[in-house]
Amino acid sequence: MSGIPHDHYEPTTQGEKWLHSRLPIVGLMYDTIMIPTPKNLNWMWIWGIVLTFCLALQIITGIVLVMHYTPHADYAFASVEHIMRNVNGGHMIRYLHQNGASLFFIAVYAHIFRGLYYGSYKAPREITWIIGILIYLAMMATAFMGYVLPWGQMSFWGATVITGLFGAIPFVGDALLVWLQGGPAVDNATLQRFFSLHYLLPFVIAGLVIVHIWAFHTTGNNNPTGVEVRRTSKEEAERDTLPFWPYFVMKDLFALALILTIFFAVVGFMPNYLGHPDNYIEANALATPAHIVPEWYFLPFYAILRAFDGEVWLVIAVNWITFGIVDAKFFGVLAMFGAIVVMALAPWLDTSSVRSGRYRPMFKWWFAVFVVNFFVLMWAGAMPAEGIYPYIALIGSTYWFAYFLVILPLLGVIEKPLPQPSTIEEDFTAQLAAAKAKATGGATVATPAE
Amino acid sequence: MLRKLALSTVAALGLSAGGAFAAGGAGYVEDYSFSFEGPFGTYDQMQLQRGLQVYTEICAACHGLRYVPIRTLGDPGGPELPEDQVRAYADMIEVWDPTLDDGFGDFRPATPVDHFPASSLSNAPDLSLMAKARAGFHGPYGTGLNQLFRGMGGAEYIASLLTGYTGGDKEEAGAFLYENTAYGGYLAMAQPLWGDDVFYEDGTPATIEQQAQDVAAFLMWAAEPKMMARKQTGFVAVIFLGTLTILLYLTNKRLWAPIKARAKTTPAE
Repeated sequence: MSGIPHDHYEPTTQGEKWLHSRLPIVGLMYDTIMIPTPKNLNWMWIWGIVLTFCLALQIITGIVLVMHYTPHADYAFASVEHIMRNVNGGHMIRYLHQNGASLFFIAVYAHIFRGLYYGSYKAPREITWIIGILIYLAMMATAFMGYVLPWGQMSFWGATVITGLFGAIPFVGDALLVWLQGGPAVDNATLQRFFSLHYLLPFVIAGLVIVHIWAFHTTGNNNPTGVEVRRTSKEEAERDTLPFWPYFVMKDLFALALILTIFFAVVGFMPNYLGHPDNYIEANALATPAHIVPEWYFLPFYAILRAFDGEVWLVIAVNWITFGIVDAKFFGVLAMFGAIVVMALAPWLDTSSVRSGRYRPMFKWWFAVFVVNFFVLMWAGAMPAEGIYPYIALIGSTYWFAYFLVILPLLGVIEKPLPQPSTIEEDFTAQLAAAKAKATGGATVATPAE
Repeated sequence: MLRKLALSTVAALGLSAGGAFAAGGAGYVEDYSFSFEGPFGTYDQMQLQRGLQVYTEICAACHGLRYVPIRTLGDPGGPELPEDQVRAYADMIEVWDPTLDDGFGDFRPATPVDHFPASSLSNAPDLSLMAKARAGFHGPYGTGLNQLFRGMGGAEYIASLLTGYTGGDKEEAGAFLYENTAYGGYLAMAQPLWGDDVFYEDGTPATIEQQAQDVAAFLMWAAEPKMMARKQTGFVAVIFLGTLTILLYLTNKRLWAPIKARAKTTPAE
């Protein structure tokens, strides 16, 4: 892939030439920051910067927290209270870290949904997509293990439930469970290994983020039209793109500042809004909370996990076919991880030749249902697994799988896409004209659907 | 119809939050109005001092506050006792010191750097974080953004519990249990407040309601002693970032203006 033609860094002074011939680091930074970016990117393309910021925020606040935290079952809870009461600014650093996780997931879901709508996962960006899914998985593992560290009731029982999932794997489950927990039950050994991994994984994520950026800097950004940047000459490419610095850096920073204003209002005025009250009770292996709920960002997948109970005919059938090896519990675990696997396979499941959902009249509606369904699953995951909720979760889970395994492959065949603009420049100009017409309240110009 | 649906949704969500309480069913929690609610809310220093008095004279007989250092009674944004009163308060408390008596340990009078003692009764929970552990009434499951304007609800729960005794009791497996409307059933703690249990120096009538709200406010402070500092940081951050947002908006608009102007004059082929 030759990439989008653009100006490269040329060392001018003797010193620059000396460095460039030995280590072209300035050139690498220049090419990264000046990457030609489609000029028609809309506001859904700001989440990458927000995510990068979140990663930095979590690593920095996390490193400071570790200076005062004690990773031991007997002292962890008290050391968190020590941070909240005695460490200078400790309460703020901890609340930033705690709520930073939520901001991280809000941003990652927005980022993923943007990719799904505008077909950012399609060729040639499959590797970017797969790396992104790996980052998301690493984020979930990190967040889960981080939630265990304060050693409150939800920490402990959440850890018990989630590590217990691995115990459902046939044959190796029990051994795997002991290996994960570091013993027969969640205890000090579990806390210490989770602490170690919670510190390690963010740096793995940072590495994956670099590969993620490298991959899409090679293919170029997708954009709301899904039409590629013209690459035949530098002049043509420049009519479709603008350098990342300063145009998109400023745009992204504006969006980031707005999001951080809201974020700091939450941290300052209701930092426990998304937390769970039970986690202010120290872990007690003898008292199970009445209702074990994971953090909000796991709820959709928790709903999928619980949706497939022993009364679903598919589960019964699979159980019978596999001679009982795949029971309801293991089926739930497979469904939960499968939900992410089918999402990772989206580049190959989506058969449509059109990238952007903007020009796909049928896809648009199925996607809207997919987004609504995500929130329904989140809600169902927060409810107790009784009454009507498992049915809602089951319908939602079915739609999740149907979207990737049936709807995306079929739509590409039966859907008749709308005409796409021939160039990004054309779309950019048309958007401006539409915005102007709207502002002056003048003639009705056909606005491209958004 | 839609409104009814919305209400039943809220009720269903509220029930699940109720189920999150470590014990007890869905009791009735009165939505008291406390001075520390909302972004502008602050602790009422006099109320915290009254609450400290109720805690010391009534609750401390069984319960503890083991995560709260005694010195923080003098910290800004709390009861703000003068230094000599903090020392005198510490002096009243006996703490166990394992280093005394050649390593056998012994009791000694506390100093301000010591923490409050832990619960003296084995089944009386520690109250350090109770106001946060019993929150949820105004949580995300409740009614949306109530937590922002009306607090997280833990103090409401505590005050409701202390005023919620109906007088009913029953004996179960040799233990007496007492009916409570906030708990939504029977609990082991007998009614602790009856009115005029303490004598307030500032002349406030010591009704059950008054004492219950005062000690609930004190326990909210005990659970979240840095709340005032946190809100202050919140305001500084929001004002600073809000200004930065406006400046970046203007910068971005200006930066893009020539690009947009050029695009309008030269239509694409």
